[in-house]
Amino acid sequence: MAAGVLPRVRQVLRSPRLVSAVFSCHGQTFSSAAAAPDTAATEKILNFPLTQPDYFHLSELFTIKDLFEARVHLGHKKGCRHRLMEPYLFGSRLDTDIIDLEQTAEHLQRALNFTAHVAYRGGIILFVSRRRQFGHLIETTARECGEYAHTRYWKGGLLTNASIQYSPGVRLPDLILFFSTLNNVFQQHVGIRDAAKMNIPTMGIVDSNCNPSLITYPVPGNDDTPVAMEMYCRLFKMTINRAKDKRRQMELLKGISASV
Amino acid sequence: MAASGCRGVRSILWKYGSCGKNFCLSRSKTVPQLPVRQICVSSSLWKKNLAAAGPQKFTQEFIDKQVEEFEIGKRHLANMMGEDPETFTQEDIDRSIAYLFPSGLFEKRARPVMKHPDEIFPKQTAVQWDAEGRPFHFLFYTGRQSYYSLLHDVYEKILAMERHQDKMRNKGLFASETKQILLTGSRWQLKEEIEEYLVENISDHGYMRLIQLLEKLLSMPYCSLEEDFILKFRKQLEVQSSKHEIPALQHDPQGVAFSVADGRRKTAKASITLRDSGSGNITINGRNYLHCFPLLQDREQLMFPLHFVGMLGRFDVEGSVEGSGHSAQAGALRLAISRALLSFVSEGEVERMRQAGLLTADPRIRERKKPGQEGARKKFTWKKR
Repeated sequence: MAAGVLPRVRQVLRSPRLVSAVFSCHGQTFSSAAAAPDTAATEKILNFPLTQPDYFHLSELFTIKDLFEARVHLGHKKGCRHRLMEPYLFGSRLDTDIIDLEQTAEHLQRALNFTAHVAYRGGIILFVSRRRQFGHLIETTARECGEYAHTRYWKGGLLTNASIQYSPGVRLPDLILFFSTLNNVFQQHVGIRDAAKMNIPTMGIVDSNCNPSLITYPVPGNDDTPVAMEMYCRLFKMTINRAKDKRRQMELLKGISASV
Repeated sequence: MAASGCRGVRSILWKYGSCGKNFCLSRSKTVPQLPVRQICVSSSLWKKNLAAAGPQKFTQEFIDKQVEEFEIGKRHLANMMGEDPETFTQEDIDRSIAYLFPSGLFEKRARPVMKHPDEIFPKQTAVQWDAEGRPFHFLFYTGRQSYYSLLHDVYEKILAMERHQDKMRNKGLFASETKQILLTGSRWQLKEEIEEYLVENISDHGYMRLIQLLEKLLSMPYCSLEEDFILKFRKQLEVQSSKHEIPALQHDPQGVAFSVADGRRKTAKASITLRDSGSGNITINGRNYLHCFPLLQDREQLMFPLHFVGMLGRFDVEGSVEGSGHSAQAGALRLAISRALLSFVSEGEVERMRQAGLLTADPRIRERKKPGQEGARKKFTWKKR
């Protein structure tokens, strides 16, 4: 039980620090939510969720059995294995790498928790993937959450040269979710490096042939099977909707208590 | 001088610094080593990079002010011209400006103009995000939101159609010979037209991809469900024969039907009156055509339109022609006869005549002689040395 408490405590210590660090070193003007809160109520709304380990109760969204049934544990063959993915692998069976679902569950919980907090604070979330098979699914998921998607050809300076690519004064995404970290030529997606350059936290579903180094919240898992992708999309959509609903609820309560 | 002075200061400080090292460590803190930086003084730093700024951007307030000034100016102009300010249209404005500021400039665009600011200032894309900075469109970060959202919608329709097909198959109501969309007489919109529709630039590859997706949608059995959507991307081709102006059929006091038409070829101008009297005479410039055109080729040109529609002996041709040579005059007369015939002939015959080339004016004119050459194309004798 003590062993179980410790990672949760570490999680608590990690998330507020990281969140505050992210919002302070993200050079662009950030959301009004993160700007200097004027009243104690707004401060409470923003800071109280950070004190809880699982404020949005995301651990009830999935179990290891669900991950197994969605074939999340299936990796690529031994020849495609990336050196840096070896700690996340449980083993290999008939040359196929098997991803350790206990580690996946931990990482996924952390990633979902971070996503929920970002969505709660009104951050912009960008869904990225370069797999043509799932492009439409990801765009639909993003639209249903009220967030943004980019499943097309990534132009060079989208993040690094944003004021010229779009208009001056554009707000960059606060979190980028990579549903597949490779592009169509099996190289690492340019967005990972660019997000790291622009201090934007990233989440990535890393398969056994991907490089998890630059990603802030890697989630080792299968990114080739439709069942697995549908599950990830469903989980992230539910997380973001839950977080936004919670925020709206808190704002309403604040409105009611202020009027009272 | 400043640089040398700087160096002097630096040498003094260096001496102090080196002396400072002989003392205890606390001494070195009192004389800090100032780093010497060469400050770049070239003008390229403070001059505005005009090329990089891009096209000039106008703020919404500026445009609103311009619109207000335009409205006030319009009323002043109406009062000046003594007309009613309420019913002063753009044509009236153009007329008044042309009257008040007469200009002999050939270039129409250089003349003074008074138009609504929306027509003068180029259309700029409005701000694409709300007060909190969140963009409105979910594909904003791709850079080409309209184009990609169009692809997304077309793919969505394809998927919906496949699901519909499966449902019909499950119910056993699948029919492969369903209503097809009529595509004859229309073409896919060009890349430029789609760019105008989307207000965005597309690459050639992107355009091809869009057309491929639309073709895929068309190839499915139940494509008639999305007929309206697909026809938005098809442009109707005009039927060529409907463009021809058919001269009005007039009637003599005697009741004889006749029509008048003109024709031109090179510098020859011809005018023809075709009378439905039933004799088959041809009179040019008051003389019989045999006298005007002794050459058989020219007379054949005159006959061809009547021979083509099979009404050789029906009409009386009376015409006048001037300018150019005999062959051009014959060609001008032929065109004039064909045009006059349009009022006596049916729609299908008009199309037949158009396809025979009877109604097309020959655009060839004499090419000018160029300096340094003998004629239009002939060059002077080329000498190797």
